[in-house]
Amino acid sequence: MRQGLLRLVPHAVMILAILLFAFPIWIAIAGSTQDSAAIARGEISLLPDLSGLGVYREVLVQGSSGAGPVWRALLVSAGMALAIALGKIALSLPSAYAVTFFRFPFRMTAFWLIFLTLMLPVEVRLIPTFQVMSSLDLINSFTGLTIPLIASATATLLFRQTFLAIPDELVEAARMDGAGPLRFLRDIVIPVSGANIAALFVILFVYGWNQYLWPLLVATDPKLDTVVIGIVKMIGVDTATEWNKVMATAVLALIPPVAVVLLMQRWFVKGLTEGDK
Amino acid sequence: MAGLRLEGLRKSFGAHEILKGVDLALADGEMLVIVGASGCGKSTLLRLVAGLETPSAGRILIDGRDVTGIDPSARDIAMVFQNYALYPHMSVFDNMAYGLKIRGLPRAEIRAKVDAASALLGLEALLDRKPRQLSGGQRQRVAMGRAIVRDPKLFLFDEPLSNLDAKLRVQMRGEIRRLQRRLKVTSLYVTHDQVEAMTLGDRLLVMHQGVPVQLATPTEVFERPADTYVAGFIGSPAMNLLPGLLGRNGTAVSLDGTEIDLGPRRIPRPDGHRVILGIRPEHVALDPAGAAWPVEVVELLGSEMLVHGRSAAGASLTLRTANGPPPGEAIRVSFPAAHLHVFDEATGLRLEPAG
Repeated sequence: MRQGLLRLVPHAVMILAILLFAFPIWIAIAGSTQDSAAIARGEISLLPDLSGLGVYREVLVQGSSGAGPVWRALLVSAGMALAIALGKIALSLPSAYAVTFFRFPFRMTAFWLIFLTLMLPVEVRLIPTFQVMSSLDLINSFTGLTIPLIASATATLLFRQTFLAIPDELVEAARMDGAGPLRFLRDIVIPVSGANIAALFVILFVYGWNQYLWPLLVATDPKLDTVVIGIVKMIGVDTATEWNKVMATAVLALIPPVAVVLLMQRWFVKGLTEGDK
Repeated sequence: MAGLRLEGLRKSFGAHEILKGVDLALADGEMLVIVGASGCGKSTLLRLVAGLETPSAGRILIDGRDVTGIDPSARDIAMVFQNYALYPHMSVFDNMAYGLKIRGLPRAEIRAKVDAASALLGLEALLDRKPRQLSGGQRQRVAMGRAIVRDPKLFLFDEPLSNLDAKLRVQMRGEIRRLQRRLKVTSLYVTHDQVEAMTLGDRLLVMHQGVPVQLATPTEVFERPADTYVAGFIGSPAMNLLPGLLGRNGTAVSLDGTEIDLGPRRIPRPDGHRVILGIRPEHVALDPAGAAWPVEVVELLGSEMLVHGRSAAGASLTLRTANGPPPGEAIRVSFPAAHLHVFDEATGLRLEPAG
C-alpha cells in the first residue's frame, strides 16, 4: 500500500506539471477558433469551435490588420532560424577544431576571445552592433538580420567539449592511417560528433526562431517581419485586437520548432545524454 | 619487411628527460619486446618510432632510410593501440580499409586486402558490424587487421592486451605470436607484463628510468639478469636479493655470518666487498643442514606454495616449493651454488667470475 502510494506521488507531480505546461497552449488552440470579441470579454471556452477553423487560412493568406500574411512571416522566421543554426555550426565547427587539435601561437588567447563573446550577447551590444550594421548598409536586409546572431561562442564551446572527448589514440590512429587535418575533420570528427551536432542544431534553431529584440531593431521593413514580430504587431494598442487571429498565429508559430525537435529527437537525446562511444 | 635502427634516441618533455639515449638494432622479421615498469620510457620510445612524438636527439632508420623527421603515415609502419582506437562510426571493413582508401588504392585491391586479413583473423562474419557490437577480443583483432592490411615494414604494438581479461589475454598472446611468425614483419612490442614479454619476444629490451638496462633473449634475461633491477623485475615471484659481503678470496658470500659457497667461480673483487646475492624462489632448496629462517607467511597456490621467511637481521626470503604440509616456525634452506647470482651492491650490476 505504502509502496503504491510512493509510486503514485511522482506520477501525480508529473501529470500536474504537464497540465500546467500544456494548459496555455490548449487555451491558444481553443481560443483561436472562437470569436475575438468574446475572448476580449474573457468569455473563452475550453472547447474549440470547429466552425472557426477558417481563421487559420485567413491569417496564413491574408494576415490581419496590424501585420502581413503569416506564411511570409513563417518563411522569414524559418529562413532566419535555419541561417542562424547552420551558420553557427559552420562557423564554430572549424574554430572549435582549430582550438582543440592544433598548436599555434596565441591559441589560448583565441579561445578566450571566443569565450568572451559568450558574455556579450547581441542584447548587450545592441547599439554598437546596430551601428556596425548601419555602416555596412545592412539594415533591413536578411544578412543584417542573421549575421550578428551567428557570431557567438556557445556552439564553439560545446563543440570544443565534444572534441576534447575524442580519445587521443583515435587522433593518432588517423594520423598513422595518413589522414590529413581536413580529412580527419570530415571522416572522423564530424561523424563521431554527429549526435552532438544534431542536438546543437535543434537548440540553435529554436534559439533563432525565438529571436525578438534584434529583428525588431534591424528590420523595419514589413517584408522582413518574423512571425514573433508579427504576433506583437497584431496586438494593437489602440485598435481592437483580433485575439483569435493572434492565437492562431501563435499556434502556427509553435509548429516549426516543435517539428524540428520531434524530427531530430532521436539524435537530440543521444547527443545530450551520451558521448558517442 | 625490414630492419629498424635507433641511434642515440633521446626525448625530453621540458626539463624532464624521459629517454636518456637508446641505441637499438632490429633484424628483419624480428620481434623485440620492450618491457619495464610504467614511466620507464617504453611507450615514449614506441611513439618516437611511430612518429607521434619528435625526438630531442638521435635518429630513427627503417630499412636503412632515415625517417626521423618524416610524417607517421609516410614511415610505412602500422600501430596497434592499447584501447584499439577503432573508428566508432565505421564498420569493421571500413576501419580496416580507411588507411588504404586514403592512400588511393583501387577499390578491388582494398577489398582483396581486407578480405585476406579478415580471413587470417577470423573476422569474415563481422565485416559489417560496428566496433561497439564487438567483444574486446574481436576489437583487438580488428585493430590488428587494420595494421596487417597496410602491409607495413614495421609493426608497433602498444600494450595491446592490457584491456583484455586474463583468459583472453593468453589466447590473443598466442595469436599475435603465430601471426607475427607467419607474416615475418619486424615488430616492436611494448608491455609492462613480464609474462607477455617472455613469451612473445625474440629478444627483450628491459628499460628502467629511460635507460635500456638489458637487451638479450628471454632466456638470457631470465638466467643472467644484467643488474638487480632486471633480476627483480623479470620472474614471478621476484628473485630474492640478499645483501652480503664477499669472502674467501671471492669464492663465497657471507650473509649475516653464514657463508654461502659460490661454487667453482671466483668474483674478481676484494674480500669484504659489499654485494647482493640473488637466487630465484624456485631454486632455494630445503635442507635440514641449512641455515634457519623464521617463517612469516605461507601462500598456497594449489600445486605449489610460497614460503616467506625473514631473518633476524631483516632480510626477507621467498621459497617456492611443491605443495606439502605447511612448514613449522622456521625453514632450513641452502642456496645451490649453480643458481646464485652476484651483483655489486653499489652499482647494482651483475658481477661475472674472473675468466
